[in-house]
Amino acid sequence: MALRTLVTRTAAALKQRCQPHLMQSITVVLSRRYSSVPDDLKYSKSHEWVKVDGDTAVIGITDHAQHELGDVVFADLPDTGTSVSKGDAFAVVESVKAASDVYSPVSGQVLDINATVKDTPALVNKAPFTDGWLIKVQLSDKSELDSLLDAAKYKEHVEHSSH
Amino acid sequence: MRRACWRLAAALDRQSNRKEGSSLGLRRCYADEAALKKTVLHDFHVANGAKMVPFAGWSMPLMYKDSIMDSTINCRSNGSLFDVSHMCGLSLKGRDAIPFLETLVVGDIAALPAGTGTLSVFTNQKGGIIDDTVITKVKDDHIYLVVNAGCRDKDLEHVDSQLSAYKASGKDVTYHIHDERSLLALQGPLAGPVLQKLVQEDLSHVYFGDFKVLKVNGVECFVTRTGYTGEDGFEISVPSEHGLELAKAILEKGEDKVRLTGLGARDSLRLEAGLCLYGNDLEQHITPIEAGLTWTIGKRRRSEGGFLGADIILTQLKEGPPRRRVGLISGGAPARSHSDILDESGSQQLGEVTSGAFSPCLKKNIAMGYVASGKHKEGTTVKVSVRGKLNEAVVTKMPFVPTRYYKKA
Repeated sequence: MALRTLVTRTAAALKQRCQPHLMQSITVVLSRRYSSVPDDLKYSKSHEWVKVDGDTAVIGITDHAQHELGDVVFADLPDTGTSVSKGDAFAVVESVKAASDVYSPVSGQVLDINATVKDTPALVNKAPFTDGWLIKVQLSDKSELDSLLDAAKYKEHVEHSSH
Repeated sequence: MRRACWRLAAALDRQSNRKEGSSLGLRRCYADEAALKKTVLHDFHVANGAKMVPFAGWSMPLMYKDSIMDSTINCRSNGSLFDVSHMCGLSLKGRDAIPFLETLVVGDIAALPAGTGTLSVFTNQKGGIIDDTVITKVKDDHIYLVVNAGCRDKDLEHVDSQLSAYKASGKDVTYHIHDERSLLALQGPLAGPVLQKLVQEDLSHVYFGDFKVLKVNGVECFVTRTGYTGEDGFEISVPSEHGLELAKAILEKGEDKVRLTGLGARDSLRLEAGLCLYGNDLEQHITPIEAGLTWTIGKRRRSEGGFLGADIILTQLKEGPPRRRVGLISGGAPARSHSDILDESGSQQLGEVTSGAFSPCLKKNIAMGYVASGKHKEGTTVKVSVRGKLNEAVVTKMPFVPTRYYKKA
């Protein structure tokens, strides 16, 4: 919660460019934090998360991913109704410098997309696991979930891949 | 202006090679790190949280703990310190140094007042740009120039090949590569006040483009009031054994407002300032006229020629070039390098984006690229193709963000 407040304040400070002191001090604090990895989600090695609810799942990118990318400035999301396949790119998120593919951790049909993220891409940075979700899918093969990482395994994966 | 950030895009996220697909967040470097050259500040960068990337054969900081967005904005509101020691400083000496250099570049170097410098370009036989460089006339028989790290080998080869023929006729020119020095760029509105705390000289009389040999923090340095951000600032060439202490002194005097800044923000800053990046916006097959660098060709040089490719360049000057470099502001996803530029109807290709990104200061997508002459006028609406989508774009005057060089009133 405290972290969320900080992030929100950082964004506010960024909008007010004339307050560099505030911006810097918060950024320094922020950069010392560890990536959060919620226990109730499944993860892919390519840094996407899945929240399963019955036969549907919400997909987004992890805190670690958003942190590595930096400020997200644009999100290209698929249309509702399109099919996504496990391992295929379904979206592109763009930071200041780079465009990165987002790979689908599962297969299914897109039921909904997060239109708010299209208007406010920074939500992916601010709240990657909640308001910054990307798409919701109808799962076509629930057994695919078994191949995903749990929180502990994903944490290990991040630690291993960041040195 | 110059500076080989040409592998930056690749280093950042393999963004221009979309076919390979760049996965989220993974920017691990598989290059042989041991083979990379390190500046004297390397360990200092790492200790300050830098993300190091291979760049033109060097291990260089892409960014530190601040995001590229924050770093870019901070440079314009406060200040930035960049380690640009990968760039290659050269001294050309001798009675015939200036006439020799003028056979290679388009500038009127003879007319430069001693102690001042200017942007120029090396050209080839076809009028294309081999590299861009900042050339300073220290005095009549001493020229100091800085060339791009990524162009170093070919530049030196070019100079060597031209020099051997030139010297065969008994001319007096030698050159020295300043590998014993490191280069720091201090940029932004605090650059002047901060550097003033470290030098005796009154910097209020040192203007954009001026060059001085000054004691900075007690050590003799080459100081040029120039940069690659569009802001006021200095490039300080310091003997390498004093590089670290100078960087620390600058940061200390900068009181946490002048912050270490990496190549990522440097690229945003130069693009916002409308400055070219060799390897992206300037290439062997692009002439200075096409690149909008006609202003670098001195008046005397326009009438006399005498540089490689002069016939082609001077003909283009008279008749107009077939294509021109333009600035673009576009909607939708940012148009990166190699995005196609099409006419308003989207049916005819006009050219290609050579650099493009989201501007941290303007909060818009900015880009530069080349379009067919006639479509280059400010306000022309075109389309840019990004992942198959045609986004609206408008030809826009550069710099995108007003430059703030310290010039005589």
